[in-house]
Amino acid sequence: MPKRTDIRSVMVIGSGPIVIGQACEFDYSGTQACRVLRSEGFRVVLVNSNPATIMTDPEFADATYVEPITPDIVEKIIAKERPDALLPTLGGQTALNTAVALHEAGVLTKYGVELIGADIDAIQAGENRERFKEIVAKVAAEHGLNAESARSAICHTMDDCLRAAGELGYPVVVRPSFTMGGAGSGFAHDEEELRRIAGAGLDASPTTEVLLEESILGWKEYELEVMRDRADNVVIVCSIENIDPMGVHTGDSVTVAPALTLTDREYQNMRDVAIAVIREVGVDTGGCNIQFAVDPATGRMIVIEMNPRVSRSSALASKATGFPIAKIAAKLAIGYTLDEIPNDITKETPASFEPSLDYIVVKVPRFAFEKFAGADETLTTHMKSVGEAMAIGRSFPEALQKALRSLEKKGSSFTWAGETGDLDALLEACRRPHDGRLRTMQQAIRAGATPEQVHEATSVDPWFVDQLFAIDEVARSITALDRPTLETAKRHGFSDAQIAEILGVAEAEVRSARYELGLRPVYNTVDTCAAEFAARTPYLYSTYDEETEVPVGDRPKVIILGSGPNRIGQGIEFDYACVHASFELAKAGYETVMVNCNPETVSTDYDTSDRLYFEPLTLEDVLEVVHAEQETGPVAGVVVQLGGQTPLGLAQALKDAGVPVVGTSPEAIHLAEDRGAFGRVLAEAGLTAPKHGTATTVDEARAVAEEIGYPVLVRPSYVLGGAGMAIVYDEDTLATYMSRAASEHPVLIDRFLDDAIEIDVDALFDGEELYLGGVMEHIEEAGIHSGDSACALPPITLGGYDIKRIRAATEAIARGVGVRGLLNVQYALAANVLYVLEANPRASRTVPFVSKATAVPLAKAAARLTMGATIAELRAEGMLPDGYDGGTLPLDAPVAVKEAVLPFNRFRGVDTVLGPEMRSTGEVMGIDEFFGTAYAKSQSAAYGALPTKGRAFVSVANKDKRAAIFPVKALADLGFEILATEGTAEVLRRNGVRARIVRKQSEGTGPGGEPTIVRRILDGEVDLIVNTPFGSPGQSGPRLDGYEIRTAAVNRGIACITTVQGLAAAVQGIQHIVRGDIDVCSLQEHARRLRD
Amino acid sequence: MTALLVLEDGRVFEGTPYGAVGETFGEMVFNTGMTGYQETLTDPSYHRQIVAMTAPHIGNTGVNDEDPESRRVWVAGYVVREPSRIPSNWRSRRTLDDYLREQGVVGIAMSGTRALTRHLRERGAMRAGVFSEGGDVAELVERVRRSPGMEGADLAREVSTPEPYVVPARGRKRFTVAAVDLGIKAMTPERMAERGCEVHVLPATAGAADILALGPDGVFFSNGPGDPAAAGYAVESLREVLDASVPFFGICFGNQILGRALGLGTYKLRYGHRGVNQPVQDRRTGKVEISAHNHGFAVRAPLDGPFETPYGAAEVSHVNLNDDCVEGLRLLDRPAFSVQYHPEAAAGPHDAAYLFDEFCEIMNKKGAKGA
Repeated sequence: MPKRTDIRSVMVIGSGPIVIGQACEFDYSGTQACRVLRSEGFRVVLVNSNPATIMTDPEFADATYVEPITPDIVEKIIAKERPDALLPTLGGQTALNTAVALHEAGVLTKYGVELIGADIDAIQAGENRERFKEIVAKVAAEHGLNAESARSAICHTMDDCLRAAGELGYPVVVRPSFTMGGAGSGFAHDEEELRRIAGAGLDASPTTEVLLEESILGWKEYELEVMRDRADNVVIVCSIENIDPMGVHTGDSVTVAPALTLTDREYQNMRDVAIAVIREVGVDTGGCNIQFAVDPATGRMIVIEMNPRVSRSSALASKATGFPIAKIAAKLAIGYTLDEIPNDITKETPASFEPSLDYIVVKVPRFAFEKFAGADETLTTHMKSVGEAMAIGRSFPEALQKALRSLEKKGSSFTWAGETGDLDALLEACRRPHDGRLRTMQQAIRAGATPEQVHEATSVDPWFVDQLFAIDEVARSITALDRPTLETAKRHGFSDAQIAEILGVAEAEVRSARYELGLRPVYNTVDTCAAEFAARTPYLYSTYDEETEVPVGDRPKVIILGSGPNRIGQGIEFDYACVHASFELAKAGYETVMVNCNPETVSTDYDTSDRLYFEPLTLEDVLEVVHAEQETGPVAGVVVQLGGQTPLGLAQALKDAGVPVVGTSPEAIHLAEDRGAFGRVLAEAGLTAPKHGTATTVDEARAVAEEIGYPVLVRPSYVLGGAGMAIVYDEDTLATYMSRAASEHPVLIDRFLDDAIEIDVDALFDGEELYLGGVMEHIEEAGIHSGDSACALPPITLGGYDIKRIRAATEAIARGVGVRGLLNVQYALAANVLYVLEANPRASRTVPFVSKATAVPLAKAAARLTMGATIAELRAEGMLPDGYDGGTLPLDAPVAVKEAVLPFNRFRGVDTVLGPEMRSTGEVMGIDEFFGTAYAKSQSAAYGALPTKGRAFVSVANKDKRAAIFPVKALADLGFEILATEGTAEVLRRNGVRARIVRKQSEGTGPGGEPTIVRRILDGEVDLIVNTPFGSPGQSGPRLDGYEIRTAAVNRGIACITTVQGLAAAVQGIQHIVRGDIDVCSLQEHARRLRD
Repeated sequence: MTALLVLEDGRVFEGTPYGAVGETFGEMVFNTGMTGYQETLTDPSYHRQIVAMTAPHIGNTGVNDEDPESRRVWVAGYVVREPSRIPSNWRSRRTLDDYLREQGVVGIAMSGTRALTRHLRERGAMRAGVFSEGGDVAELVERVRRSPGMEGADLAREVSTPEPYVVPARGRKRFTVAAVDLGIKAMTPERMAERGCEVHVLPATAGAADILALGPDGVFFSNGPGDPAAAGYAVESLREVLDASVPFFGICFGNQILGRALGLGTYKLRYGHRGVNQPVQDRRTGKVEISAHNHGFAVRAPLDGPFETPYGAAEVSHVNLNDDCVEGLRLLDRPAFSVQYHPEAAAGPHDAAYLFDEFCEIMNKKGAKGA
């Protein structure tokens, strides 16, 4: 069945901001879909609120709407664009839920939009647990298959839950319906836990529905990735086995592909069930996944759930097998059948086959618990990881060890140094699933645990436990740098660094011994067919094996180092920059080579670059890739400044090893990062930095703070993403901070500029000329990490004089440091003095946002500058605009607002107050003619629409009271009923705002039973919360009050504003919504207006 | 101890001994299945072949009592990358290593299984030897070259059951099937039995008279090892069966025998199809089934439409989408069809199980007509 000709335009919905459970894998799938649809000649209309995505680049769709993914906004877009069809299966649960909502509201019928790749009934059958259970029972009976559902009960009220738990017996699993990433689910071991978890679950579910089921904790867990076409051809793309048994969310589990502990009979039973289920559910076309639990003692198999859409696992399966699920799903949706689509990798064979792997793939999650003090670190059915790394090897130990070092986190890799600690304590620790449990198991093995003990403590399959023992045995055999030792160690995935640690020598010594023996990895191809056919698409991984398969090239090569697993502070934005560099440099005639280990990304799509190396980003692994590439042709350069801190950290060592690092030199990078050196650059340019000093003891710190004056910003000297930063207002808090800080590195103490306006700048510099990409004004005051603050571009309160100063300062820094390419500078403007806070000579988080807001491809331009082009040349080519830049945008340029999205709903009990340490996982953009509307859009995209009526609760710190009066008055004028704590109410009343006093949490319930504010919030009586924090963390009193208010807000999902500036912006936004003048406009339209 | 895998073209791989210690010769082939090593080892079609598994970890689920496809291991030698150190499965009874040793199968564990596969893909299947204790390479190559090749080899007789036996129908008996064992796998009669067939399994050399003496509703020719060109006796028997218009179904070797009985040629594929992921299209419906394959030979037949045979018009019913290889034949005027791949699966997906239903259907129709 060939391509459909009755549809001409297709709307694709993306997944919105990066959040835990829904990350950049949907940028990967959405980008693939858009590329397919456009190459097939369809007009593509895209909606996604996330500006950091590659899919929202104007070149991937005909009309790109960076607008909130809410049914009303999407309806406006449909009304305007009138697409023939809607493809909702590539944007995660967000897109699917939006499509269902549009269907239910009759919007699709009204505008004659056909849903493709999905069937509403199938979506509901797959996600409605009761119906799904019936389906499983039916197919098992009809086909004589071993498949059941866990015994369970659907509950709509707490009473239902209590009754059901009584029948099923504790522990029970709680799963809310229609939520993504397992939000709101968990294990309840007793009634108290049940009340808490099921209560939150009922709230989280849009249908107020939760499922309680029997515990299958400790069972083996599997997942199959399935594709179906409209001729009912079905293939299983990949089987995935979780090493962490049931009880840990798949996203948080270490997983392996293919499944390794199933016989063919068991695997085929699973396959038969998967196929029968998706047929019965009626999945239209495309990809879906289905999860299973297997009782390790009897083989009893339970079908857990299925997702009728492309998922995180689909991205993993695509990278693991070379079978591009999203791309194929898009083709199936427009009418092709699997046999009509060629396998991209072999070119000669069709996509209607099942990949065969002759390697092992291991995925490990990356967590960020260190960012969320107070969060429960136990892994549960509620996903908590923020990213993942994948590695490929020819054996499980090789793949596992590569994956662990891909995490780039201290303490991730197995170690044989130091004391192991007490065996019993280690085994006890293993019982609780946690970040790094495999390493705890490895330490237990070192400490003398038996395989039985390790299995008993973890329920991890004995086969995997044995593999850990195999790794341990190899480690123990490492006593010398001879060939047999090194060969065995390398085949088990040991890094040079690990071997060096075991032998107590330098890593360089191991490397040179290895080179002398000629012991280097080879690169095998991911070919979908276990070498049965020749592969045409070079997608490579290193392994210590026999033959290398790196093809010989004829063009000069550029190697781009990616950014590794997503983490807070280093996410999709850096992948964006790398991908654009790859596209642009290919166009400029280079052969592009990508190195990365993050399976969720577009950069690790084999279509993105001429060659993809799926490899850890450590010095050893990168040096080997460079070596392999140099063996087959000249390498013109290695690009390190686009992938964030990860490749930047390797720059000097690569250069020292003779690797041609291009762009800003490692020395220049050092100049920007080293305080003293950077201070000299600033001094020469006549620029000011906030007063600062360093201290290693409490006394020194006191003296420094005394001299520069409180408040001060304190942070350890070697950190990324603001880790461990704090703002300190008094001596006591400073002493506490110093006593907690690690003593080996000094602590940096900066004057904290209270009430300053913070400004972020992205610029390009070619050695001569500066191109100011964009000037962003933070909406929140200084002191909140730039990644967590909302910002506006063009800056809404800065005048021409300020921009001029900023331009001059940025150029002086670029010149002083020696930048070639991108530069990000953060400034603070206080009392009319422009302070330089920091400069990063690399791609920043805001590059994609600036590119979209100003319609200029900054990352592409940066890549060209890196390879020697000049800004004048790029202006002449039309890549950069002629005559103006991001600092001189016309007055009628649209205003873009970036808002950060924070994962507090995942980490209950963590304070939501923003600070100098970055905690957001993603961002959204609102773009409109006016600031108020743009801000309202950004809020609606990030957290759901701002309320336009109801009750607003206001409680602000004394220092904020004056500034809060005007916006609160505006809220009251808009018709909000104002509730306030006593102090705030007093100030408001004196200023003519009627405010009702409510009791603080610390005051307790009143004599007449008057509820506290926290109670009111929990009871749903409040629609908007304004609460600026005061007092120090950890204290009782006001600080604790605020904490409980904000926690209640997170629990109820109520908008909670924690800065006065945010309040002012929100009020403007609400005014615009009330006026009803929210319109939609595509990036292409904005760009046309800007360029005309 | 360094074990060697020596190919007839002089390529040598080093590894460590696995399974039984000794030496073995055979045709070197590779199998791309990621599950089902136990079924593969016991598949008689692998007789006289040294099988390399492309999946790296083999033996993880041990060896159980339920999954063998015949009474013994047939592979001549076994090549794996990462033999499992322990088995882990609730049905496992022994380790694969012990099982191979018990069955006298010489194997080798070596890192170069992918290099080997690439070599065979480029150069074609060839003779090879596994030598647990190594030896002088030049001499070993010479010995490999002197070992017998696969072309012209009549091996079905060597693997076939010496005596007939009956697999009773499950539930109500609907049909009597005479199944000629050219290397039959246990799952094949099982699949028929569960559809109400009483399966009389006969030795490879069973003549048409022996077959027809059972008064079967249908006749089945199984898979098996070796060169179909060397199994003239089976072709003869089948011709008589076709003359008698008894419904016929053939699998794999049985497909090649049908091809030869129809006057078509068979030829040796460069490196064969061995795995569980091959896309086969049913040309009548256009549907694609993912199928289990194990064949080194194939039938040469016109793909562009029906063609004439001594038994009337026939057509290619199934084709492999990877390489357009003929995967199925069907007579248009008589109840006879066959496929080159394995609808009984074991190991492999069950997509093609409908072919057993079709066999039952033609027996049913014939029975209705005959009655």
